[in-house]
Amino acid sequence: MTRRDFLAALGGGITVLLVEDELFAQESGRGGGRQVSQEVSAWLHIGEDGMVTAYTGKVEVGQNARTSLTAAVAEELRVPVASVHFVMGDTDQTPYDGGTVGSQTSPRMFPQIRNAAATAREMLVDLAARKWNVERATVAIANGKVTTGSHSAGFGELTQGQKLLQTIPSNAAITPPAQWKVAGTSVAKVTGRDIVTGAHKYPYDIARPGMLHAKVLYPPQFGAKLASLDKSAAEAMPGVKVVHETLASPRAGFGADVVGVVAPHPDTASKALAALRAEWTPGTAESSSKDVFAYFKQNASGPATNGGLTTYTIAYIAHVPLEPRAAVAEWSGGKLTVWTGTQRPFGVRSELAEQFKLSEENVRVVMPDTGSGYGGKHNADAAMEAAILAKAVGQPVKRNWTREEEMTWAYYRPGALIEVGGKANPDGTIAAWEHHNYNGGSAALNTPYNVKGAREQVHQTKTPLRQGSYRCLAGTGNNFARECYMDELAHSVNLDPLEFRLKNASNDDRLVAVIQAAAEKFGWKNRRKTAGHGFGMSAGFEKGGHVATFAEVGVSAGAVKVLRVVEAFECGAVINPEHLRNQIEGAVAMGLGGALYERIDFAGGNITTNRLSRYRVPRFADMPAIESVLVDRRDLASAGAGECPIMGVAPAVANAIFDATGQRVRSLPMLPLGVGSSASGAV
Amino acid sequence: MPNIKELDVNGARRRIDADPDRMLLSVLRDDLDLTGTKYGCGEGQCAACTVLLDGQPVKSCITRVGAAAGKRILTIEGLAPAGQLHPVQDAFLNADAMQCGWCTPGMILGAVALLKATPNPTEAQIVSGMNGHICRCGTYPRIVRAIQAAAGKGGSA
Repeated sequence: MTRRDFLAALGGGITVLLVEDELFAQESGRGGGRQVSQEVSAWLHIGEDGMVTAYTGKVEVGQNARTSLTAAVAEELRVPVASVHFVMGDTDQTPYDGGTVGSQTSPRMFPQIRNAAATAREMLVDLAARKWNVERATVAIANGKVTTGSHSAGFGELTQGQKLLQTIPSNAAITPPAQWKVAGTSVAKVTGRDIVTGAHKYPYDIARPGMLHAKVLYPPQFGAKLASLDKSAAEAMPGVKVVHETLASPRAGFGADVVGVVAPHPDTASKALAALRAEWTPGTAESSSKDVFAYFKQNASGPATNGGLTTYTIAYIAHVPLEPRAAVAEWSGGKLTVWTGTQRPFGVRSELAEQFKLSEENVRVVMPDTGSGYGGKHNADAAMEAAILAKAVGQPVKRNWTREEEMTWAYYRPGALIEVGGKANPDGTIAAWEHHNYNGGSAALNTPYNVKGAREQVHQTKTPLRQGSYRCLAGTGNNFARECYMDELAHSVNLDPLEFRLKNASNDDRLVAVIQAAAEKFGWKNRRKTAGHGFGMSAGFEKGGHVATFAEVGVSAGAVKVLRVVEAFECGAVINPEHLRNQIEGAVAMGLGGALYERIDFAGGNITTNRLSRYRVPRFADMPAIESVLVDRRDLASAGAGECPIMGVAPAVANAIFDATGQRVRSLPMLPLGVGSSASGAV
Repeated sequence: MPNIKELDVNGARRRIDADPDRMLLSVLRDDLDLTGTKYGCGEGQCAACTVLLDGQPVKSCITRVGAAAGKRILTIEGLAPAGQLHPVQDAFLNADAMQCGWCTPGMILGAVALLKATPNPTEAQIVSGMNGHICRCGTYPRIVRAIQAAAGKGGSA
């Protein structure tokens, strides 16, 4: 869709386009026929009926971006939250966006949306001043009304049928956080009612007229290739169609053969899938979950590290979004529309356009608010399958993944081998620091502490599994290794772990602030050690957030129970205190899974932890008392909060286990291998 | 056993034509378009698919529709039929006891059943009663608080 088409569709009223580049802003005022482009990052429309609609390519996966961005518009336009509607993640209606990733919605989209809304507000003031022939300064906007003296009008009345378009650079006047009235408060989740009543339609729930249901044949192991296919029994079933197509870009472990069955009812599709007779050529499975860490080291490129480092291992884990991947695809007049759960609707559009050799404007990807992602829904897996099958059968097709498919054929958080070394001086300063990550990645690789000449490196290597993004990426592993080793250094010079951190964090007052805030709430200085109990802490910085975490554990016969976690977090000006607490507490809960139990087991190309009965995620009974402390810095720009808070809990718990038992645990997950011997730690 | 022809869902008789061995979850979602009941695992491990059968919580992904015939089935769509939210729904909103919300309908129905059986549960009773439910976003402590709040406001009604 071109920008001209889009703007025509919007009708009368005020439209504000926000661009990040001022030069482009000036140019684009004349060039309305351009493709809706990458330079425009947000837009907002006030209709003649006064309805405010804002548009962003960001998506909602439970992190409450829809609510925070709605609050931003309400704040700047001085309207109630309920009168703002947000269109998110629809490639035909919203500006291009690279993806809801990297905790970027709050630092980037939040100010941009505020800019667009502030500009619209100032345009309304201009209109009112002209209409009533008064000074701008006498015009006030509140509760969706524009007033001056005895005059009052709704937003829609002021535009009087005109179509006003303003293209602005990203430096319009916005309300400073100190004056926020809506932003900065705990605005309730805007979709809350639809969720508690079951009314919200997630991607898994989408239906289209004439829609058929699909299943896809997956290889028996990673890397196995289709040798022969007998589809006669499936094709003989009433209403069943079997499709065999090829992916333009093969999927790791899956290959390029898409064999799907399509039927009017999902149960029929399942029976048809079972009726396919396929033979497979096994792949050459490399490595297993038992030897993968040596495999990383053996296949690493670049120079070898010095000896004498301490080794940490980080298992592959699964995102387990409770809503698995899902998509509905529909073709109409050569144009493809797909409804799917993804954090990158524009990325999915590109994948689909490439597969079908279509221009991107002939592919529309719509992302209904989705049942979580955690970095795990970046690509077109389900959307691609639905689109291929829908094209082949000439009807809309729904392709919902099962839990087993989600846990086997999606991608994982990378496993990692981490090596750390260093030395503390007798005065508690750090004399040397070295940190190497194999396969995991660079998030939170660099130490936030005062260290001169630190050597910190990511080593590229091979992965036996399909891997990708995960909440905080490698930050959890890197922060785990660093903060556990920091604990060892503190003990090596007989310093309290808190004192040691504060001494070495003196160059980062934001880090010091969260450490002190968490320590105070936890009562670190007054902690009383008893048999079988331990206390530990960690701190860190990633994605614009500063985090400090304190944990108390109880250890009994090798079984560890996390009793209490206090986490302080600072991400600049707090946009929504209650939702921020929810993110922090949720990250602690989710982080406990990767810290204690979660691990993808694999051998011979088979994933053996492919269901929830075989892969343990945190439950109610696993919860410690979780307390969050918000450090609100209204003087600083807001950063995201969806990721950084997850990385504090594993090292804090590991250090608490050491405090309780004298044993260092250097593997994630720490259990079920357990503390001490054999599997005694399984709880 | 012949096909099931009728179900009592949310106080209404609904015509269906389903093999009695089919799972109730599929019949609710695919035949009756009651998509508020969610799939999460297909093996009764996460309880996202919880519905009430004659007031008792069941995991509809492992409950055959034959076992549901003749019983009163309550899904999330039937909990606030006239638009007036049930106290448990209100409590979940007030406690912000959700993030993505995929587990929420099952959680709410599980909580309704728990409060019916135990009108004033202790925290330990809530934890053990709800432990079959998974919230991957980790809002467990908020859900506990929501259930406690609902218990004080007629949530067992």
